[in-house]
Amino acid sequence: MAARAKAKGEGGAAASARDDRREASAAEAPGAGAADGVAITGISGNLGRALAKVLHGRERLVGIDRRPFRGKPKDLEMHEVDIRRNKAEGVFRKGRLKALIHMGIMHDPRMSTEDHHSFNVLGTTRVLDYCVRHGVRKVVVLSSANVYGPSPDNSNFLTEDSPLMASQRFSEMRDLIAVDMYAQSFFYRHPEIETVVLRPVHVVGAAIKNAPSNYLRLPRPWALMGFDPMVQLIHVEDACRAMAAALAPGVRGVYNVVGPGEVPLSAILRELGRDPVPVPHVIARPLLRRLFDLHLSGFPPPELDYLQWGCTVDGSRFVKDTGYAPRHTLKETIHSVVGE
Amino acid sequence: MRLSERILGGLRGWTFAMEPEIQERLGRLAAAQNEFGVDPFGLDLEFTVAALAPMVWLYKHYFRVEVEGLEGLPEGRLLLIANHSGQLPFDGAMIGVSLFLHAEPPRAIRAMVEKWVPSLPYVSTFMARAGQVVGTPENCRRLLAADETILVFPEGVRGISKLYRDRYQLQEFGHGFMRLALETDTPVVPVAVIGAEEQAPAFVNVKPLADLLAMPAFPITPTILPLPLPAKYRIRFGAPMRFTGRPDDDDEELSQKVKSVKAELQGMINAGVQARPHVFW
Repeated sequence: MAARAKAKGEGGAAASARDDRREASAAEAPGAGAADGVAITGISGNLGRALAKVLHGRERLVGIDRRPFRGKPKDLEMHEVDIRRNKAEGVFRKGRLKALIHMGIMHDPRMSTEDHHSFNVLGTTRVLDYCVRHGVRKVVVLSSANVYGPSPDNSNFLTEDSPLMASQRFSEMRDLIAVDMYAQSFFYRHPEIETVVLRPVHVVGAAIKNAPSNYLRLPRPWALMGFDPMVQLIHVEDACRAMAAALAPGVRGVYNVVGPGEVPLSAILRELGRDPVPVPHVIARPLLRRLFDLHLSGFPPPELDYLQWGCTVDGSRFVKDTGYAPRHTLKETIHSVVGE
Repeated sequence: MRLSERILGGLRGWTFAMEPEIQERLGRLAAAQNEFGVDPFGLDLEFTVAALAPMVWLYKHYFRVEVEGLEGLPEGRLLLIANHSGQLPFDGAMIGVSLFLHAEPPRAIRAMVEKWVPSLPYVSTFMARAGQVVGTPENCRRLLAADETILVFPEGVRGISKLYRDRYQLQEFGHGFMRLALETDTPVVPVAVIGAEEQAPAFVNVKPLADLLAMPAFPITPTILPLPLPAKYRIRFGAPMRFTGRPDDDDEELSQKVKSVKAELQGMINAGVQARPHVFW
């Protein structure tokens, strides 16, 4: 890839970001060294592939993931590297990038916390560093509305300045919060870079394998007796469109991203034709702990908090600043979990 | 699921039988319901009508509520400031029913519930579907911005679980409601509830037991469980009070304004207690 691209030239080119965008669709980027690429970490995951689909043809994409990208479009530049390795920096040095969308954050409840921490937190600090060193002017970090954590004393619509309490009860969330906070401090330390931290609500989709999607696909999901919190879901395509919207010049800051609205958990289960098993909350946690330890359930026990209390957020600031609006209705979003 | 739906359907029928005009009033309640029948806060009008049935019965036949002053309510958002008593919050329910049945236009009130309520099974869901929300300032601000009617008991637990010997003595008021009133320019309407004190006179409050059960209080009443006696309720809505000033004023400034509301309410309570012919009728 264009070895003649010089990091120096990138600053000026970013000023005409709008032009770059138009050129990018022409696929054969001019050799003038214009920084027009959008790097995506974690592109090979299900969410990453969905994002690539949304942005492909609109931006010149540069994928970074240690996993291979199955079904990769031919004209998409892909680097199979671990973001923590020096090799990954090369992608930034030579990639002529104007933006990074960082969603190389993994949550696997079965992985050791050290592996998690190293990949998520160290990985994030590394890629953001590469951006500083190689003149990338826009950084979009995918966090999650889960950082606030479900709690009985939550307000119904948490704003972006609410404290990030999730790890208090769910230690596996520590990484996610660390990544979010690191991105925030990065925002302040590097005013020359437009940093956006996105905190979308539960992303659902047929191909998405996160806890909420998996839960909603269970034929007989647990429900906690007497609890029916309000839930916000976002269709995976809407989540991707939100990330695309965050690339717009001038957008910076921390944003909650919501889908088409709030609905009681019971209504979602009814809509999907599920037959929930009511479990008293006092026995649900120890029981799930046992099942999880025995590998009979893939849900770590603190996930039960989401069935008991709300963790719903106010996404109006993002709407105001970017004009983003979800395209999928509540019903479509709910049914997308099973691919309908 | 099917059984619970039948029960809800039956309760709705009961409400409509007792108050046929509710159907028409429901239609006039401007609520932001989505296709699943809930508003963003989780208020479900269908559910509320069902939940209202026993409350409407209590309102009409048990507490035989007399209401005064509804015609003086200004339009738009309101902060209703009421005295709190009776161990169980029937006072809130009765104020709610009175506004649902008799206010013009009908209003579905939002009470700010204690933070421990969402941790209670069933109660939490019941409260949420009936439009009650956790009493955080953020929630309150949001609801007022949407022109809702909010009921606040500034005494909180101090009021509802006080002992019989302290009846009709307003306890210490929180300042939060005044901050919100100033911030959102909302009129404050004092609401005096007479009769709720006698529904469950508490003689002692067993603090250790309350702590053990993580409840705000554990009162011992004549009915042992705080089941209400059929005291007669009299609810009086006062004249709206408007305040101007900075919401981030010193506590000193704020407390002057809070005191004026408290004094007004205490006056209404005293007059109400004096004027009533009897506790039970």
